[in-house]
Formats: sequence, structure tokens, C-alpha cells
Amino acid sequence: MYPKEFEKSIKKVEATREERLKKLPERMKEKEKDALLKKWHPDYKPEAKRKLKVGVSKGSIVPNEVADLLEAYPLINPDEIDLSQVDYEADILIIGGGGAGTAAALYAYYNGIKPENIIIATKLRHGDSNTIMAQGGIQAADKPNDSPIIHYLDVIGGGHFANKPDLVAKLVMDAPLIIKWHEELGIMYDKKGDGEMITIHGGGTSRKRMHSAKDYTGMEIMRVLRDEARNIGIKVLEFSPAIELLMDDDGKVAGALLYNMETDQYYVVKAKATILATGGFGRLHIQGFPTTNHYGATADGLVMAYRLGAKLRDMDSVQYHPTGVAYPEQIVGLLVTEKVRGLGAQPVNVDGEQFVHPLEPRDVEAAAIIRECYGRNKGVVTPTGMRGIWLDSPMIDMIHGEGTIEKRLGAMFRMFSRFGIDMRYEPILVFPTLHYQNGGIEIDADARVLSKKGAIPGLFAAGEVEGGVHGKNRLMGNSLLDTQVFGRVAGINAAKYAKKAKIGKLSLQHTKKYIGELKKAKIKEERKAPILLPDYREEKVLSRAIDIL
Amino acid sequence: MKMVRIYIMGKEYRVPEGLTIMKAMEYAGYRYIRGSGCRAGFCGACATVYRKEGEYKLHADLACQTTVEDGMYLVQLPFTPANKAIYDLEKIRVDDKTLVNFYPEIARCVSCNTCTKACPQELDVMDYIQASLRGDVAKAAELSFDCIQCGLCAMRCPAEIAHYHVAQLARRLYGKYIAPRAKHLEKRVKEIEEGRFDKDMKKMMKMSIEELRKLYNARDIEPEEEV
Repeated sequence: MYPKEFEKSIKKVEATREERLKKLPERMKEKEKDALLKKWHPDYKPEAKRKLKVGVSKGSIVPNEVADLLEAYPLINPDEIDLSQVDYEADILIIGGGGAGTAAALYAYYNGIKPENIIIATKLRHGDSNTIMAQGGIQAADKPNDSPIIHYLDVIGGGHFANKPDLVAKLVMDAPLIIKWHEELGIMYDKKGDGEMITIHGGGTSRKRMHSAKDYTGMEIMRVLRDEARNIGIKVLEFSPAIELLMDDDGKVAGALLYNMETDQYYVVKAKATILATGGFGRLHIQGFPTTNHYGATADGLVMAYRLGAKLRDMDSVQYHPTGVAYPEQIVGLLVTEKVRGLGAQPVNVDGEQFVHPLEPRDVEAAAIIRECYGRNKGVVTPTGMRGIWLDSPMIDMIHGEGTIEKRLGAMFRMFSRFGIDMRYEPILVFPTLHYQNGGIEIDADARVLSKKGAIPGLFAAGEVEGGVHGKNRLMGNSLLDTQVFGRVAGINAAKYAKKAKIGKLSLQHTKKYIGELKKAKIKEERKAPILLPDYREEKVLSRAIDIL
Repeated sequence: MKMVRIYIMGKEYRVPEGLTIMKAMEYAGYRYIRGSGCRAGFCGACATVYRKEGEYKLHADLACQTTVEDGMYLVQLPFTPANKAIYDLEKIRVDDKTLVNFYPEIARCVSCNTCTKACPQELDVMDYIQASLRGDVAKAAELSFDCIQCGLCAMRCPAEIAHYHVAQLARRLYGKYIAPRAKHLEKRVKEIEEGRFDKDMKKMMKMSIEELRKLYNARDIEPEEEV
């Protein structure tokens, strides 16, 4: 239910709707985009970032919240850990149980690794991840008017030409192959009667190549991959995040130290190859933004890999999704999928006026919304003082016919209905929300993690934890694709590597060395990382908490 | 700030009105390990059962998508012990007995509709179980599509059916064997495997940023659907 004070503005939105149906605002020229981003995108606030004081990417600029974690001490004292007793041995250890990790597990199995020699270690349950929450879709250039070349150009232009060319080429060339694999696994993509994929535009795409499964695309992919992993019998350790990577005395990555969050016990996992698929950093709430991300998105993989020399790239850019929920308060910050705009809903201001093309790349769209609310003062103010703009959802059924919202945006319709808002007849209020880690640890096209001296033996990465694929701005539908393409590549190459690798004596020498660097840089021992979970308990409770049990 | 009383596993706490159950429990001082996943209604980790003061009825919902009410007695069910059938999808033949063969317990359904009432997604759970029993795989797949596999149906079912696992098999069978294949996809995969795009891709990868920028700014954009 909307508060009474919204009524006047909603009336204005209704009044301009017919007129707006006829014409969209022009897309911005490059110069306009640049000027808009510089003034209004949160990434361009210098005070929100700082130079790293330690590690291989010392001197690079990252958000303060990320620097806080990289300039933090390990959770364990390396001298107190007994590495002689190995709790689990595996050919491949996969850290992270989302889309990338599970795709990696399946492809390791397809490439000859026995299921009992693959371990997925995950912080929450298998599948509780950003993958499962991805609504809008997955890109693949599989239509006759499209090609991987056109997809390549969209990705690299959307990423402000900062992407690594070999990674982009891998992403777009493997995309159709991934969709085909999904089809064979029985993933129910939206199709026409003759089997043709129903595809639409996303922000910054030049062809309609967004494949979807209603607005539960990630959930449909995740639950099928998980079902397949269960059929095959891949071992999964839930509520057991990695807290430190292990190496051997020969300098190869050799597994990880896991932490059972329910018993507080650590486990030593010895593995011939290790794949990081730990996702991104949404729950660090960069610049205080609410987030679309799942509970465990705390950049653990980034922290662990950095300690053993993995290079970072593009960590200065953060993706704010243009449309997070701004009302009702209960679900502020949750994702309103870009598919809502892809299907024709227009962003409009408090007076019912258009102010931006609905499908600009995400950073441009987000900056335009922030400018509308704070630069031009044309936002709608909620009872808690938050500002937002309308996303005129009733246009969708007007364009595509009655029933489209319920049929193709079932999750969105359900979410708003739960709080008494009927998006078929009422517009929805949105504001940018923290969505994605554009950068990450650098990999090559074989998903090997890179240090200054080249690939780190035994360490692979896939999905949001790695950087380079999306440059400084990811397009919609390329994150699910990233998890699948690089999950697959990581699985294949880790399998190949594991068949030959021999692990020596386990060591935490790299952790000791990093502690030394922290001390040398005079960083106080007040922070520890990875943080594993955010803490949302009330200050009132925390201030009176005593630690007894 | 107006406060409401809630009872977390029987213990009374006062929390601000308007919070979701999940945020209310955190306000009260709980820090989740289990029982919190995506926090947005997609993963099913926060399945919750509650009763309201003075009522006999048990409600089931998601903690992250439900607002607290005064006098709510609540408990979370973060795990469901339910059997999943193991299968090799490549080797299954779809006929009207496939689902009941893998999940014979669906024949025990007494049509009480408790599963439907327990579903936080408001799906027609009993209807898809009945469709599964009839061997109508397509119907079961369609009706169950929005299932988040929270397990509340299975926990409430007197016939001890694991509805969400049955539905998972139905959807995979539908996606693999019943839905028509995308011919344009097959064609594109073949073109890629034959190396049709390799030369152009190499050219793109070598281009300078200036050249790419020119191409990008001049690219033609497929028009939106006609209004």
C-alpha cells in the first residue's frame, strides 16, 4: 500500500503514460555520458576510496570497505594450526557453492575427476548465492541477426574499454555453448512454440540476446545444476567457508583451511587444485548503500587470494544497479530486475516526466537516477526520507498485453504483492542499490589466477570473485554467463592440472609473510578478515553482550 | 517508534513494527548462521512457521518477505530432511509413469491441500502433485515453476511426500524432453565450433581502444518491439 502523499505524483505518472508510450528519450552521446558519470556516479567520489598499503597491488585504489579487509589480519595464528592432520583430501576443492562453483564441479566430473574426489565447500547452503537471485537473464549471441563479434563489442564498450580482450572473447564465444548445455540439462528457458528462444534487450545491448526463465532465471539455472551435482554425488560441505588458502612447500596452492561455523572447528583440506568461486562484496555495503546481494557476499575469496599474491584489477569500480526497491521499507535495496525496463517500463520522475532512456548501460542509468533525485530535486520522497523515482510498470501490460507481468515477471509481481502493491496498475518506486563487484582477482582465459610472476600453480577462479571480464561496468545478463563460462573453464583446467599435480608438505608460510607485511606497514591488529557474515544485530544488544559460552 | 511483541521460539521480544521477521530477529539480537540466505525471497533458506496469538492456525512463510505482527509465535525451519531420487537424466524415458516410479509416495496423496496452504509462493502444490500422479509432466513443470524449494510443503504433508523434489524432476524432464529444442542455438554452436567467427574475433581482440570506440559508438541497435 502506498502512503497518501504518493497519490498526487502517481496521478501525474498516469496522466503522461499514453504520451510516453509513443516516444522514448534519446540515448546519450559519449560526452554526455562521461559528464554525467563524473558528476553523479558514486564511483567518482574520491573520499570513498584509498590506496592499498600492502600486497601485490599496493598503491592501487579500492573502496575503503575493501581496503579495510585487505589491510586486516588473518582469523588464525598460523603457528597454532596443525597441518599434519588432514581432514579431507580431494583432487579438486571448490570454494563457493553458487553457479560458478557448481558449474566447475560438473565440468571437473565430465573431465574425468571422480565425484568423491571433488569437494564443494560453501558458507551457506549449496545454492544460496547471488546466482539464485539473478532474475533478468543470461546473454548469448545465438540469433541469426547477432554474433559473438557484436556481443564482444557490447561487452567491451559497456565496460568502458577496460576489459581484458581474451576474457571477453572467451565469454562471448562460449555463451551459446553454455545455453546448449543448459538445454540438455533440462533448464526451462522461455521459448516460443517452435523452440525459438524468447530474447529481449538489456541495458547496453545492441541485439535482443537476453535469455530468461521468467524472472527466476538464476534460480532455474542454480536448482538444475545443484540437482545434477546431487545426482552425480559430488561432496558438499555446507556452513564451512574457507578462511585461508593452503600452499605446499613447493609454492603451489594445495587446498584450504575451512571453518565449521556451527562447531567452531577448523578442517584441513588438502587438494591438488583449488577453485575460488566465492562471489563478490555486496554485503560490505560500499558507501553505506543497501544491496541486492545474498547474506554471505563478503569478498572472502578476494581476501584469501590477495594474501598469496593474486593481482587485483578494476577494483575501483563498483556496480550500483539502477533499480533497487526504494519503497516499501521492508525490502529497500532488493533488486528490481532490469527485465522490467527491458519489457518497456520507463523511469519517470515525481512529475511523471521521462529523463533518461530506459536501457542505458547500468552506470549511466544509475547516475541519471541519482541526478534526478539529488541534482534536479525531482525524486519522490518516502516516509523514511529516502528518495526514488518511478518505474512505470503498468506500461508493460499495455505494450505486451494483459497478463505479461504475471507471466514473465512472476517474482517481481509476487514480491510487491506481498507488501500490498500491485505493479500491474501502480508504478514502483526505485533507487540505485549496490549490486556487483565489477573487478576482482585477475585471471587468464584458462581461469588461472595471476600473480605478478604469472599463473599461481593450482589456483583457479570463476564468477564475481575474478576481474577483467567486465572492465569497469558489467552489462545485465553477463554475470550469470560469467559464472557458467568461467566455472566451466575452471573445472576443465583444474581437472587437467589435478591429474598431474603432486602436493608436498602443507604450509601457511604465505600467511606468515603477509602478517609480516602488515606489521611492516604499521597496520594495527584491530581488524580481522575474511569477515564471513555481516552483523545486523542492534547496537543496543551488542553494547551489552558478554562472551561467556 | 511503535513496538510490537513477538515470541521467538516462545520467548518474548519487543521489536519495531514494520520490520520483516528476519530483520526483527536481528533487531532482537539473533545473528543468523542458518536460516538466512538470499534475503530476497529466492533461496528458501528462511522458511518460518508461526501462529498468531488467539488463533489455532499455523502459517508458513519466508522470514525475509513477511512483516512481523503483534503476538506472533515463530520458529524457523532451516532444513528439511527429505529424500531426493537419484537419476541419470540421459537414461530416463518420459512416460506417464516416470514421476511415480521415482517418487512412489505421491500415490499416497490424500488431497488434503495442506501443502498448498503451506506454500509461501502460493503455488498450487497439490495440483502439481496430482498432475505428477496422472503422468502430466508438462502440467507439473508449469505449476511448480516458481518453487523455491524451501521444504515447507514436505514438512506439513501427512503423506510424507517431498513435493519439491518431484517438481524438480518434472521440470528437468520437461526442459529436456518435452520443450522443443532451439534450432538457431544448435546452428550457432555448430558455426562457433567450425571456427566461423575466429578470424573476426582475432581482429577485434587486436583493435586499439580508439578503433573499438568508433565501432561502438556507431553500432546499430536492434529496434524495440513496435508499440
